[in-house]
Amino acid sequence: MNALTRSAPWRGTAWVFGKLGFSGRSLVIAIPMLWLGVFFLAPFFVLGRISLAEAIIARPPFTPLFDRAPDGSLEIFASLENYRFLLEDALYRNAYLSSIRVALVSTIFALLIGYPIAYYIARAPEPKRSILLLMVILPFWTSFLLRVYAWMGFLRSNGVINNMLLSMGVIDSPIQMMQTDFAVYIGIVYTYLPFMILPLYANLTKLDGALLEASSDLGASPMVTFFTITLPLSLPGIVAGSMLVFIPAIGEYVIPALLGGPDTLMIGRVLWDEFFSSRDWPVASAVAIVMLVLVVAPIMWLQSVQNRRGMD
Amino acid sequence: MQTRFLGAIAVLGLGSAGMASADTVNVFNWSDYITDEVLEQFTEETGITVNYDVYDSNDTLEARLLAGSSGFDVVVPTATFLERQIAAGVYQPLNRDLLPNLENMDPDLMAAAASHDPDNEHAVIYMWGTTGIGYNIDMVAERLGEDFEVDTWDMIFDPEIAGQLADCGISWLDSPTDMFPAAFAWMGMDPQSTDPDDFEAAADMMMEVRDTVRYFHSSQYISDLANGETCVAVGWSGDVLQAADRAEEAGQGVNVWYAIPREGAMQWFDMLGIPADAPNPENAHAFIDFIMRPEISAAITNYVWFPNANAAAFDLVEEDIRTDPAIYPTPEVTETLFTGVTYDSRTDRTVTRLWTRVRTGQ
Repeated sequence: MNALTRSAPWRGTAWVFGKLGFSGRSLVIAIPMLWLGVFFLAPFFVLGRISLAEAIIARPPFTPLFDRAPDGSLEIFASLENYRFLLEDALYRNAYLSSIRVALVSTIFALLIGYPIAYYIARAPEPKRSILLLMVILPFWTSFLLRVYAWMGFLRSNGVINNMLLSMGVIDSPIQMMQTDFAVYIGIVYTYLPFMILPLYANLTKLDGALLEASSDLGASPMVTFFTITLPLSLPGIVAGSMLVFIPAIGEYVIPALLGGPDTLMIGRVLWDEFFSSRDWPVASAVAIVMLVLVVAPIMWLQSVQNRRGMD
Repeated sequence: MQTRFLGAIAVLGLGSAGMASADTVNVFNWSDYITDEVLEQFTEETGITVNYDVYDSNDTLEARLLAGSSGFDVVVPTATFLERQIAAGVYQPLNRDLLPNLENMDPDLMAAAASHDPDNEHAVIYMWGTTGIGYNIDMVAERLGEDFEVDTWDMIFDPEIAGQLADCGISWLDSPTDMFPAAFAWMGMDPQSTDPDDFEAAADMMMEVRDTVRYFHSSQYISDLANGETCVAVGWSGDVLQAADRAEEAGQGVNVWYAIPREGAMQWFDMLGIPADAPNPENAHAFIDFIMRPEISAAITNYVWFPNANAAAFDLVEEDIRTDPAIYPTPEVTETLFTGVTYDSRTDRTVTRLWTRVRTGQ
């Protein structure tokens, strides 16, 4: 920071801002804060305000916050009715719980599949590494929606997998895979796998080879070395990768809508239904806010735990 | 305050979809509901480019319209939805001077639609149809016997019969305004009922057969019926017949057909309307007038297999379509059809809540 403010082109600007009561430091902090304010806090407040209204068939489809009473005085309409409704209706509770379950299971599978891949890439010789990394990233060049549709082609009753199993005589009648939770898990793990692999890879390449050598010199088997050295040191990568899979998976809409059946209850889909099928913006906004709190609270807790550990 | 909120939403890109330009028209219509040739011909003749987007539920359309600044010039709500959207101030009155082809329209059908839009002030009929059952002839015969008469809601609502069909795949429309009246008809109640107790009873009935439903969706069933992925679908007449047509073209031995249940089925009208804030209202009028040309109405019916309401177009429709009782119901069947009713806010909330319960099984 000091180097920055002292360098010539910055000095004048810093002086001006200093006179105005801004330091270079606050300016640098202000940019992400502004971003957060415009793209997170402002929409959040809009949602919060709508969640206190009541749905009506009008434009916009919710009651105004302020209204002129017949006698000309200003009336404020706001109620927590929608939040009470969320608590009372089992649908939402079950949808939150089931979203968390689906996201958790998907994260675990993504970790189990992603870790060996990341490990293998990190251990591969340098020229091979970039090719392997490219292979992880390459599917992203195709539209996500197309890739989910491709899975529909695989999983359908008369799709690729069933036809293959039928012709090999493994099964006599097609297995119902589409419109099941199984298909949703496949879709989520497949889609978010690179988000697990990349942070793990970044972490594992930084692993000091000398530690592994020392471990083996001291007589530890590769297994023991992995569990006592590699795994604990890659914990930050595991946490980062798991977060990147878990958070989007919890609010996932497209995958359960396309691959899931009527019993696949996920909050993203409930949210969409509230907006577009029930046209109930206030309840939809309340659902969104509760979801945000549910997702953000554990992350902030985890952050604070990590920070505390970092200070020790 | 409100405009500021909407402004914020628009800034975030959640708002307007279409664009205002002298030579475009933004059309928002149901999926699988037009032929591309008609759109191409319109552009060729008028120089107006068509931005065409699709939806598969009235609720989706209503959500977009009520959000405001939808950017669309022409939308196609079902008449029952149109009625309350008019009350919410969503539409502009049509300028009849720009619609000389209005004289082609069938006066009886337009009068029926006028019960939702007095004097047809805001909309004209695009197509109409019925809500019935699409089925795979062979799969159903295999499970219920050759002699089973399929023109009944028993196919989906009778737990025993639906249970026998569940393994080959049953789909329902994800549309409470189609499913509740059908349930009422099967239960022998008034399909136009707005009594909350009736809705409760129908929802309870549907909950009992819910396990036989593979999915709730309003457009997916067209391709699934066509390739034998499902065997029974509650669907809209023309959509099911398009599935039948596609199945025949594919030549995979899938035979699909459409039945109008004898307990009664809904007859509905889809209406061409212009949103009050349409960016190009003149082009919208030109588009609607173009659709009302007899040869254009006939071309669309020939392709989508939904009947139009254009009296002058009837003779131009292919003979096997205009004489098909699944498309143009016979007078005896027409007797059994009922029309939808527009639900007020309170009923609407009850219906959507109960439907959510049925659809999610919670």
